[in-house]
Amino acid sequence: MAKYALRLIVLAYLAVLLIVPVGLIGWRTFEDGFGAFADALTTHSALHAFKVTLIVAGWAVVLNTLFGVLAALLLVRHRFPGKRLLSALIDLPLAVSPVVVGLALILVYGTFTPVGGWLEGRGIQIIFSTPGMVLATVFVCLPLVVRAIVPVLEELGDEQEQAARTLGAGGWQTFRRITLPGIRAALGYGIVLSLARALGEYGAVAVVSGRTVDQTQTLTLFVEERFENFDVHASYAAALALAAIAVVSLLATRLLRPKDGT
Amino acid sequence: MTPKISLTGVGKTFPVRGGGEFTALSGIDLDVAEGEFLVVVGPSGCGKSTLLDLIGGLTRPTTGRIAIDGAEVTGPALDRAVVFQQYALFPWRTALRNVEFGLEAKGLRRRERAEIARDHLDLVGLSGFEDRYPHELSGGMKQRVAIARSLAYDPGVLLMDEPFAALDAQTRDSLQDELLGIWAKTGKTVVFITHGIDEAVYLGGRVAVLTSRPGRVKEVADIDLGSRDAREDVRSSPEFAAHRHRVWSLLKDEVQTAQRLTVPAPRKEAIHLG
Ligand SMILES: Nc1ncnc2c1ncn2[C@@H]1O[C@H](COP(=O)(O)OP(=O)(O)O)[C@@H](O)[C@H]1O
Ligand SMILES: [Mg+2]
Repeated sequence: MAKYALRLIVLAYLAVLLIVPVGLIGWRTFEDGFGAFADALTTHSALHAFKVTLIVAGWAVVLNTLFGVLAALLLVRHRFPGKRLLSALIDLPLAVSPVVVGLALILVYGTFTPVGGWLEGRGIQIIFSTPGMVLATVFVCLPLVVRAIVPVLEELGDEQEQAARTLGAGGWQTFRRITLPGIRAALGYGIVLSLARALGEYGAVAVVSGRTVDQTQTLTLFVEERFENFDVHASYAAALALAAIAVVSLLATRLLRPKDGT
Repeated sequence: MTPKISLTGVGKTFPVRGGGEFTALSGIDLDVAEGEFLVVVGPSGCGKSTLLDLIGGLTRPTTGRIAIDGAEVTGPALDRAVVFQQYALFPWRTALRNVEFGLEAKGLRRRERAEIARDHLDLVGLSGFEDRYPHELSGGMKQRVAIARSLAYDPGVLLMDEPFAALDAQTRDSLQDELLGIWAKTGKTVVFITHGIDEAVYLGGRVAVLTSRPGRVKEVADIDLGSRDAREDVRSSPEFAAHRHRVWSLLKDEVQTAQRLTVPAPRKEAIHLG
């Protein structure tokens, strides 16, 4: 009996939180048939929002992967003063609201700040343009790759790397042929998580992008803007597309995840 | 004649968390002749692995000089091979591809690599296991693969860090005999680390006994057990007992000192020992 009660509670909880809302979005989206759904997603603004999202998320994931691997290697394989501080700093984005991140970026890179003004004098615009959105997204995704691979690096230990060095492999060779295969699954997991997070980021990007339709509007911003303008159909369609991408990424993480019996 | 390996005044200190230093090795003077089988024995934590890492070029000495054939050691190189206690095989490579690793760095062609790797798996008695992955092999077989991997690129010096410590007694005995056979066949210069007195006396032409905290060479004992190929059980001969007792006496005080001192945080590798 208790077993069924437990199942019921968990299912009801998931239904209220997840299944009913997402299901309703799906239902509303396809209410007028698939054609209407396709039309809503192929308007100029929707396509542009797709493009912006892909550019921003793509850059953010690439930068985050490179930095994440370097930072994880530094944290696990090296001893240096300030190591714990660095480790804590990397987790900061988990604790800070994305809106705060956006505002902080504006304070540093806005047009009327020394840094922003200096960059603008050289034709580089950060805030209200793609670089700022990439920065904001990188920031919120910062811990994901690092935290995915740090435990694996620790578990691997450095014996294999040392062995490779005695067998004539240099630093880069050792990384590429020994370390990388060892962390591949965890790295893939971290990358997909970052990608999912980057695609869905709203708060920080909303602040730094300026939300200019057809210019700095990402898909999440598009969903919100359409909704505010009573074009709920486009809003639902885009939301469903985002959800679909998220589900695909999650499935991908399941496949990439090292076998842990679950 | 210059010795194959020479250590002069070698010392190594590690920085300690919260400031200060820990002296792991101090004032080590040791020469190893070409083709010699030298065993280094000492209590746990006395700096044996540190010493081997230094000769292997994996760490740099704080003081003194280490030379191979008269040339100073500045890093790992293919004139030396290291065999680790925990095998350190590459898990996603087959036995054959593990043995090929050092040959790849040497830039040999694929066909040639596979042939040399096969020969060396054969040398350690693992013909037929070429396509097995490390997790499909027993501990003794893994260590054989590691030995084959180290010998395959033909280094002059073989450095072994308690290679048989994690194996059961029977496997250990047979691997000891095989190692002596391989040594006789290949004429490598071997530096073999152990904390086992029997193992030291059985394998070594000379046995260097290390003191603990800091590690220094207390004495180097010559071992002469006569010819090995006689069928009799060398380990129960009176000569063996005499050598064993000598090394045991040298070690006894050291083990006691080592145990009396509080043990600093062990290295990862030491934890595996349990
Ligand atoms: N990287 C390191 N940092 C700090 N201390 C170390 C390091 N490596 C070894 N030590 C210390 O040096 C001593 C000798 O270690 P080791 O050479 O591993 O001993 P053994 O192999 O004889 O058991 C130990 O007390 C160990 O804690
Ligand atoms: Mg050791």
